[in-house]
Amino acid sequence: MRALDELDVAYRTAKTDPEFQAEFGNLLKNYAGVPSLLYRAERLSAATGAEILLKREDLNHTGAHKVRNVLGQALLAKRMGKPRVIAETGAGQHGVASATAAALLDLECVVYMGQTDTERQALNVARMRMLGATVIPVTNGSRTLKDALNEALRDWVASVDTTHYLLGTAAGPHPFPEIVRDFVGGIGVEARAQSLELLGRLPDAVAACVGGGSNAIGIFHAFVPDEDVRLYGFEAGGDGIETGRHAASITGGTSGVLHGARTYVLQDEDGQTVESHSISAGLDYPGVGPEHAWLHDTGRAEYQPVTDAEAMAAFQLLCRTEGIIPAIESAHAIAGAIRIIPELIQEIGRTPTIIVNLSGRGDKDVHTAGAYFGILDEVETLVPGESA
Amino acid sequence: MSISEVFHKAKAENRAVLVGCMPAGFPTVDDSIASMIAMHEAGCDVIEVELPYSDPVMDGPVIQRASDIALAAGVRTRDTLRIIESVARTGAAVVLMTYWNPIEKYGVNAFARDLAAAGATGMITPDLIPDEAAEWIAASDEHRIDRTFLVSPSSTDERIAMTVANCRGFVYATALMGVTGARTSVSRQAPDLVERVRHADPDLPVGVGLGVGNGKQAAEVAAFADGVIVGSALIRCVLDAPDRAAGLARLRALSGELAEGVREPQK
Repeated sequence: MRALDELDVAYRTAKTDPEFQAEFGNLLKNYAGVPSLLYRAERLSAATGAEILLKREDLNHTGAHKVRNVLGQALLAKRMGKPRVIAETGAGQHGVASATAAALLDLECVVYMGQTDTERQALNVARMRMLGATVIPVTNGSRTLKDALNEALRDWVASVDTTHYLLGTAAGPHPFPEIVRDFVGGIGVEARAQSLELLGRLPDAVAACVGGGSNAIGIFHAFVPDEDVRLYGFEAGGDGIETGRHAASITGGTSGVLHGARTYVLQDEDGQTVESHSISAGLDYPGVGPEHAWLHDTGRAEYQPVTDAEAMAAFQLLCRTEGIIPAIESAHAIAGAIRIIPELIQEIGRTPTIIVNLSGRGDKDVHTAGAYFGILDEVETLVPGESA
Repeated sequence: MSISEVFHKAKAENRAVLVGCMPAGFPTVDDSIASMIAMHEAGCDVIEVELPYSDPVMDGPVIQRASDIALAAGVRTRDTLRIIESVARTGAAVVLMTYWNPIEKYGVNAFARDLAAAGATGMITPDLIPDEAAEWIAASDEHRIDRTFLVSPSSTDERIAMTVANCRGFVYATALMGVTGARTSVSRQAPDLVERVRHADPDLPVGVGLGVGNGKQAAEVAAFADGVIVGSALIRCVLDAPDRAAGLARLRALSGELAEGVREPQK
């Protein structure tokens, strides 16, 4: 497909163009607030028996790691002379980030969002519209992230001359997984350097949540050659793998082709994509980036499912011990990290050091979490109309 | 009748081939068989059976809706093969249009075998490019299934040449750079694309899809293409009809109109 070839060529030249990289670096530093902190979470560490360091991507502008990817791709769109960007979004984080980058770089922006998600994440819909983006609720199929992605692909096929598809995760057809990985790859590069500076050594393990997999590949990539650093990806286990209601493509899926990539897919015996389930809209995707499939197949990274209940317990623990409200996506990484502590202690015979990618902040999830914990009545009286 | 024979016959009659598309199992297995037989009887030369898929990104909203309805009713890959068998038995030339994942899941060689046994003569693969189709090319050669890949106005000349070299039966040219769905006027990009395809291979028939909704548009496309492919407009006959009988009547009427269109005096 010409659009992908064209993107591939444009990216190859941008990748090695010092001017492009300098512009990208400048935006990250002076606009997005990167590098994000590597924060020693002492109360969480004390509560869990490990030394836990949080990579504070939640402190970036727009509140998640995704700003890195959208700034890079929006610059790339400019470079290709495309005045319009389109994006798909699940939780709305990538949509908000895209709308932000489009506003900053003066690009027209259209965001496709599953109707189920526009209801779950009404505040993010408002944010995107405030930033000047057009939000199109997608009513096809399961009305979630994968259907938004389908719709964005359809738009792109018809609009490729004027439009860059600002894909939000390290999945989809080549060269997207590589482009996204490179733009978010600073997370791992920074975390690695910060760890050396803070501790004088590398961590024993790195943990991240995995939906499509962009924040995880972003923090993993720089550590892949460090064989002593264990890499853990935590997928959305929903109600539990055994219930079939989950979004854990690697642990609960099989090899297939989805959205132009060969990877692990939640599918039935006929190869039809199965609906995914997770309390976190951002992890609610029935596939996973092909590089994670590879890291899994080679054994370099280990992937485990984390249930909604485990994630929400970790969500609450982080709130209460550190005064940080995480995105529910990121709470999966916290929960997973806590789970692996005993086996790490057994393996290395001392208190393990774990870097957890705190990929996003939880503002967008206040309603979901409030409902989950049954503390919502007060929220509803305070913020009328938020209950979508 | 093989696809090549259908195209040869139409050429001898100085007209274009009419290809009508319908998702298997929409809205039920039996209804879809009845629809396809009605389309064939009313003038569709080739019945393009679409295997319903959960994520049909190369199709428009009408086909997606019909596919969703079929899947929700529980249609399976085996049902699609059964439907093909029922339609092919009536003498219609049948090709299957399918996304790749269901085929891979079934087993590529086994699917080619069972598709041939069911009586289909060709298969259209919208999300498979020849560069990645080695297994399919081998299986379709072994079981004598014609292969149709897609070309679009955005395809480079090199890609068009490579794609038509790997097609057998006909090549599918997407008239609008976009997804399927009945449009109000036929794209101007289509004649250019057909010309570029003929330049790459003067002998391979070119079917043009994406957009035709009535007899007039069919005649317009028939003026420059070997085949006119119609999907969304036919599906809408069933989708929008108050009941089954009305849907079939509309399908017959539109198929007849389109069949007249592809026979109208050229140019």
